[in-house]
Amino acid sequence: MTLAGVAFYLLSAVAVLSALMVVSLRNPVHSVLFLILTFFSAAGLFVLLGAEFLAMLIVVVYVGAVAVLFLFVVMMLDVDFVELKQGFTRYLPLGLVVAVALLAQLVVVGGAWIERAGPDRAPLASVPGLTNTETLGRVLYTDYVLLFQLAGMVLLIAMIGAVVLTLRHRPGVRRQDVAVQVGRSRAKAVKLHDIRPGQGLG
Amino acid sequence: MTDYLANYLPILIFFGIAAAMGVGFILIPWLIAPKSPDSEKVSAYECGFNAFDDARMKFDVRFYLVSILFIIFDLEIAFLFPWALTLTGAGHEQAVFALWSGLAFLGVLTIGLIYEWRKGALDWE
Repeated sequence: MTLAGVAFYLLSAVAVLSALMVVSLRNPVHSVLFLILTFFSAAGLFVLLGAEFLAMLIVVVYVGAVAVLFLFVVMMLDVDFVELKQGFTRYLPLGLVVAVALLAQLVVVGGAWIERAGPDRAPLASVPGLTNTETLGRVLYTDYVLLFQLAGMVLLIAMIGAVVLTLRHRPGVRRQDVAVQVGRSRAKAVKLHDIRPGQGLG
Repeated sequence: MTDYLANYLPILIFFGIAAAMGVGFILIPWLIAPKSPDSEKVSAYECGFNAFDDARMKFDVRFYLVSILFIIFDLEIAFLFPWALTLTGAGHEQAVFALWSGLAFLGVLTIGLIYEWRKGALDWE
């Protein structure tokens, strides 16, 4: 077995095991940490496939940002561990339906892959002579320009939605206004009193 | 294929060094540091008074806002990487079109940035 084969089995074993840990652990914070391990293993698998850009994207976006977001959500929920476990049997049928649907999709994809014969059986990660990132960039901004702009719109909506949903200005809280601070002049800030000896400040 | 994977050998070595350091920093003190725990030493310490509460408490939703805004700009950067790489390579017409489509994308997100700024979502109180 080649080194790539060893790496594949190692990474996929870690991915599957840590994904199992994500759903079976009691403490949600530990689940999130195992989720990060799963993401890392998936990134390693993408590297093995030659999809370097996707691999680095998983590390930057999922590990760097989404995992942090999950941690925030878990911490913000004021976690009650006993209550979390109570819904398990109630949600089991729904979870099974989702799992079966995912499995069916994977079987369909696998079937299509088996049917397809010839040299282009596995899709190429990149055009020969170009890196993976360049291959994506060649088509993303020209051939798929509408989808690309749509992605920009989705990000804009996400931004506005986040601000609308979570921004609360509490009254009576002082905020820093740099322009006001810088714009303060001596005349506005300092007042000179002329005090006669023995009289005090009025 | 093996050439391509050989490019990742330094990263693998780097991972090895990082893991060895992480494990080492836990293992070496555990082996050689003197240990004499008592109940005062291992209890939670809050400066000057007894700890009131569990450390696991709800915290402000605005941390979440910062995190979401971070993710969005993170994704924006992800779109900029292939853009920066391919602007010089392709044919001239295509490259100019790609330049403007990327700039339009940045423009849309700049609208979002201005909105956040005007709303005060980037300020801390």
